Amino acid sequence: MTSSLEQVIDQSEHKSPFSLLMNHQVFWVFIAATLACITLSIVTDTFATERNLFNVTRNFSFIGIIAIGMTVVIASGGIDLSVGSSVVLSAMILAVVMAAGYSFWVAASLALGATLVVGALNGILIAYVGMPPFVVTLGMLSIARSLAMVLSDNKMIYEFGPDHELILWLGGGKTLGMPHPLIVLAILAVITGLVLKWTAWGQHVFAIGGNEEAAELTGVPVKLKKVTIYMFSAFTAGITGILMVGWLGGVTTNLGQAMELTVIAAAVIGGANLAGGGGTAFGAVVGALLIEVIRNSLILLGISTFWQGAFIGTFIIIAVGFERAQRLRARD
Amino acid sequence: MIRLKLDDISKKFGAISALKNVSLEIKAGEVLGLMGDNGAGKSTLVKIIAGNFRPSGGKIQIDDAPADFNKPLDAQRAGIEIVHQSLALCDNLTAASNMFLGRELKRNFGPFKILNYAGMHRQAALHFAELKSETRPKSLVRKMSGGQRQAVAISRALLSDAKIVLLDEPTAAISVRQVAEVLNLIRRLRDRGISVILISHRMPDVFGVADSIAVLRRGQLVAAKPIRDSSPEEVTGLITGAIEQA
Repeated sequence: MTSSLEQVIDQSEHKSPFSLLMNHQVFWVFIAATLACITLSIVTDTFATERNLFNVTRNFSFIGIIAIGMTVVIASGGIDLSVGSSVVLSAMILAVVMAAGYSFWVAASLALGATLVVGALNGILIAYVGMPPFVVTLGMLSIARSLAMVLSDNKMIYEFGPDHELILWLGGGKTLGMPHPLIVLAILAVITGLVLKWTAWGQHVFAIGGNEEAAELTGVPVKLKKVTIYMFSAFTAGITGILMVGWLGGVTTNLGQAMELTVIAAAVIGGANLAGGGGTAFGAVVGALLIEVIRNSLILLGISTFWQGAFIGTFIIIAVGFERAQRLRARD
Repeated sequence: MIRLKLDDISKKFGAISALKNVSLEIKAGEVLGLMGDNGAGKSTLVKIIAGNFRPSGGKIQIDDAPADFNKPLDAQRAGIEIVHQSLALCDNLTAASNMFLGRELKRNFGPFKILNYAGMHRQAALHFAELKSETRPKSLVRKMSGGQRQAVAISRALLSDAKIVLLDEPTAAISVRQVAEVLNLIRRLRDRGISVILISHRMPDVFGVADSIAVLRRGQLVAAKPIRDSSPEEVTGLITGAIEQA
């Protein structure tokens, strides 16, 4: 009797991989993105060209890289509005230092260092001072961009000193036919995915997002973890800033403006739960892909790009609605 | 053996006396039902035992050795675990992950230390089996019944080889069928020689499972005796003040 009961429970536990897949938001977003790609390849003769695909992959990589950082923040129950400004701060420090004649490595270290400081400040104010993430990072959004303006005197920089060619190659070149930002995205996605699943840090991110009080009571160093989480998100923005300098070949202070919205959209569409406690690195990548494909298709189909915001906004709402529907069903 | 001995414990918050000269003993493997109306001092007493507060006066002894807790961690080290009424579980994590939260098992993977899921699942399954609970290590807490959640929270307390487990209203928010499950969990703890302090409002639960009963009223201990020498009527009287002392 008991053994048969246990068998029944076992069976109800082990759903088929297919049914698990069907329940997964990331899966549906992936299908949508793939369908959009196929449709565009058939309908337009411009989408499936090497030139266009090269652009799409690179554009989406920038969003994707930060969306991975954002997903971790959102999974921990927070939000980081300062990433767009961290991008420009990182890019501008890199550009100014390189233009002053220093090597790429010195400049990149300083740029990443600065974004890590931004992330640490965010984290400390949120975790130790107890301010809401929305407010802190909104303030940092303003501060970081302003610093970039001060640093550059609001001028465009397009000469990068002795390592000029290196930075252009890093951000704009490709290896084995893959644009470098895409390679960075792939590496970061794999590492983050593994870290989230297989380390205590990853486990604690989800624990804090799921029930912060419980995490605290069970002895998780919640405050310290939060600081590292915001540092990670700022770090992904810093990396993106460096790559964007190389891709664009020049930096202005409007770089990364309003990027945080697209990034948050990518993370949420990819299954990051704004209430905290859920999200995957792979989802962030897929979400970024869908957004970029939509953006690209609007251009190729001759629809005004002004519609872009409406499409992305609709997708965010659908994604959140999807999540909510799942939750309601789980409650029954 | 006297597992926990409270000797003349009092606690003052400014001019207010929350606890007055409370003396209480619990043996190993004994279940003590701690009852009292709201504001009677139950939670203050629990917080003193759990190390959240220091008593203003009196002594605590564990296994005949004096104990002085400055913070909850001190009490934990001495083998005291609290299962909060809220259970402090993360809904989005599995039973095993919740059990091991903050003290995850790890193994070496090349130069890295990674989580040892297999080990955690195995240990969690053993604990659940011991508690005779139908909880599965890999199930999400979100999908669990109240009784199963309680089992997860209690298993977490057991993980640290607790000597004394404080259960704060474990049966307050669950269905009748699950109450039976939780009471069984408490009996299993007792069978392992663990002392259980059951803080509860529910008379049938306390009389169903406790070996002895302590009643607080307005900061004073008005009864502490074996449960067979008491009755629900007497306890009700003690709680409300209709009976002065027993």
